[in-house]
Amino acid sequence: MTGSMIAFAAFSTIAIVGSLLVIFRRTPVASAFALVLVFFSFSGLYALMGAHLIAALQILVYTGAIMVLFVFVIMLLNQDSPITDIKESSLLFKGIAGLACVGMVTVLINAALRVSGLAPTNIYTDQKIEELGGNLRVISELLFTDHLFQFELTSFLLLGAIVATIALSKRQRKGGVS
Amino acid sequence: MSFETAFMFGKIAIVLMGLLAVVPIMLFVERRGSALIQNRLGPNRMGPFGLFQAACDVLKFIFKEDRAPDHVNKYYWHIAPWIAVIPSFMTFAVIPFAGTYTDANGHLQFQIANLDVGILYCFSIASLGVYGIIMAGWASNNKYSLLGSLRSAAQMISYELSLGLSIVGLAMIFQSVKLGEITAQQGEVLWTIAGIEIPKWGVFLQPLGFVLFVVSVFAETNRLPFDLPEGESELIAGYHLEYGAMRFALFMMAEFINMAVASALICTLFFGGWQLLPGMDWVVGHLDALGILPSGGALVLCQALSFVTKIAIWMWIFVWVRWSIPRFRFDQLMNLGWKVMFPLALLNVLITGVLIYMGVL
Repeated sequence: MTGSMIAFAAFSTIAIVGSLLVIFRRTPVASAFALVLVFFSFSGLYALMGAHLIAALQILVYTGAIMVLFVFVIMLLNQDSPITDIKESSLLFKGIAGLACVGMVTVLINAALRVSGLAPTNIYTDQKIEELGGNLRVISELLFTDHLFQFELTSFLLLGAIVATIALSKRQRKGGVS
Repeated sequence: MSFETAFMFGKIAIVLMGLLAVVPIMLFVERRGSALIQNRLGPNRMGPFGLFQAACDVLKFIFKEDRAPDHVNKYYWHIAPWIAVIPSFMTFAVIPFAGTYTDANGHLQFQIANLDVGILYCFSIASLGVYGIIMAGWASNNKYSLLGSLRSAAQMISYELSLGLSIVGLAMIFQSVKLGEITAQQGEVLWTIAGIEIPKWGVFLQPLGFVLFVVSVFAETNRLPFDLPEGESELIAGYHLEYGAMRFALFMMAEFINMAVASALICTLFFGGWQLLPGMDWVVGHLDALGILPSGGALVLCQALSFVTKIAIWMWIFVWVRWSIPRFRFDQLMNLGWKVMFPLALLNVLITGVLIYMGVL
């Protein structure tokens, strides 16, 4: 067994165990910490595939910023006591959840089968990326040339979300000292 | 074992040993340095100038009883110090500590991992360290500790923005985020003023970016004036209130090693990294003339020495600032982060872009 095989087995095991912990832990903060573990092992898997930029961004954005914010909000709401009063949900909701689960798994298996059957047709092979100056350079150049419009649209979407959040949270303070 | 593997293990061992050696040295420098600044004596009884005080402190930490309070969340309370300390060691992996050594057998790189993403790796691993603090404060099950972690979470997110944006200008000028390439390019001469050669260091190219980076790094390492998560006069000891003995020492280790890594990053990005200090080429010439080391060995040695010297100067500045500037109030901290640092970082990117477009840089 090679080193990368061992690393793959370790990271994927941690990811699966972590995801189960996210669901089964009764304390919200503990669930959040388990999710951090999942993100971390995902980034390990990306790094194993040679996608160093995605691995770094995964940790930087998801683990380092978004999850910190999650934990911050959970702590601020003081939800650190275990949730025990979970009501038994109705059969209808269970059915919908089950159907959604089955559908998702089918789509994933279908996608995996289709991708593994095809020969790699894209022009960005490992050697080609190396020639062009590495992962980071190739992705940034694509992002700022071919996909610039979509990229800028995304930033507008985020700006809209920020403005909407401020508008919603400020409206409640009318008359008061803000 | 092949030579490459042995060399890799050697590099890792050197970096780990170097970072571990930082802890007792900084213990001494911080205590005696604070005494010097505040016109006190400081610990001066053990050995000459109190040099053995650090060893005594370490022994005390090791042999002190390691007890966990009853009310803590045992599992998270136990792993939190390790989560704080491990990322601080990992961050150093992409920082080059000497130039490439070339001989008949090929190249030797004095950098543990030459990653494509370079500085982004540093930032992402450094951002994991905050979980140690958050976890410690939360698992301690106590108001002051929880407040400490809340402050830490808010502070980290606010200053990571300006930290990341402050080096965008630098990456634009050097056309790379690989620390090895950035350092190599800083060896060129920028201007010659009255016969004195000014090197192409980041600090001369990006003065505003440099100031923003240093301030953000101080905030990220939780050092005064940004040590609100600890805030001993407000929160007793903040997130590490319930920790004693070696577990507390681990948090202290994490802080000192973070300081070392932060200094190394400041040197690499803005002060030429392993590029020789003025006057060092004279030493290299004389060492080469002696002929003890293989050719080029003296250069690598002096480069590593220059790098360590630069780090040491920045470590002293960290101590100096800590004992000179008082702590921020929390609202001042947030205002500085979001209303001053963030817009200035964006302005820096804009100015750099315009200057590059005009062909000045």
